[in-house]
Amino acid sequence: MKKIDIQIVKDIDTTTVYQKLSHPECGGVCVFIGAVRDNTQNEKVEALAFEAYEKMALLEMYKIAEDACLKWDLKKVILHHVQGRKQVEDPVVLVGAASAHRDACFEACRYLIDTLKERVPIWKKEFFSDKTVWVSAHP
Amino acid sequence: MMEVLLFGIAKDIVGASTLHIDPVKAKTVLELKQYISTEFPKFKTLSSLAIAVNNDYANDATLLKDDDEVAIIPPVSGG
Repeated sequence: MKKIDIQIVKDIDTTTVYQKLSHPECGGVCVFIGAVRDNTQNEKVEALAFEAYEKMALLEMYKIAEDACLKWDLKKVILHHVQGRKQVEDPVVLVGAASAHRDACFEACRYLIDTLKERVPIWKKEFFSDKTVWVSAHP
Repeated sequence: MMEVLLFGIAKDIVGASTLHIDPVKAKTVLELKQYISTEFPKFKTLSSLAIAVNNDYANDATLLKDDDEVAIIPPVSGG
């Protein structure tokens, strides 16, 4: 496997992430998985739908992974994000990093998810029983 | 006509997934932002509005060319 694994997928496979990130020189593997929560500000969320500007999203995700490799000594980096409709408890984003020691992969993992949320052109719509809302669209 | 790609709430505001704009009305990123905000005032209510040119975030001064891939990027909310 290449050092950087970037994908936009229909479903996230959480079962193979360790195999994808493990590396003989790495004593630490850190993974963050974001999932669909059943409520937002005390309102029941029924489902989410993700829309991506796929070509640009992949490029931005790749840039984030490359930046992380410059900031920390990482042997493997993974960023996967879903597209399409998702139900409560479904995984929607998976990021991870592998490094010799744990500090680097913990910090990198935090950077990967925070920067992805800030920059990557993907949009989330929340479905409630009586309305739909594009998340963060309005102040 | 210049084709502009729309995503998320931008698609809902315009009611289409692309917008065709006379390039004379949007020679720069700033002019494009001003044009769409005038034509579709709901863009003014968004938390932010970015424009991507050829799959990269562009600043207001960026010149738009006919063969550029231009997209309106409303506030992102992935993750």
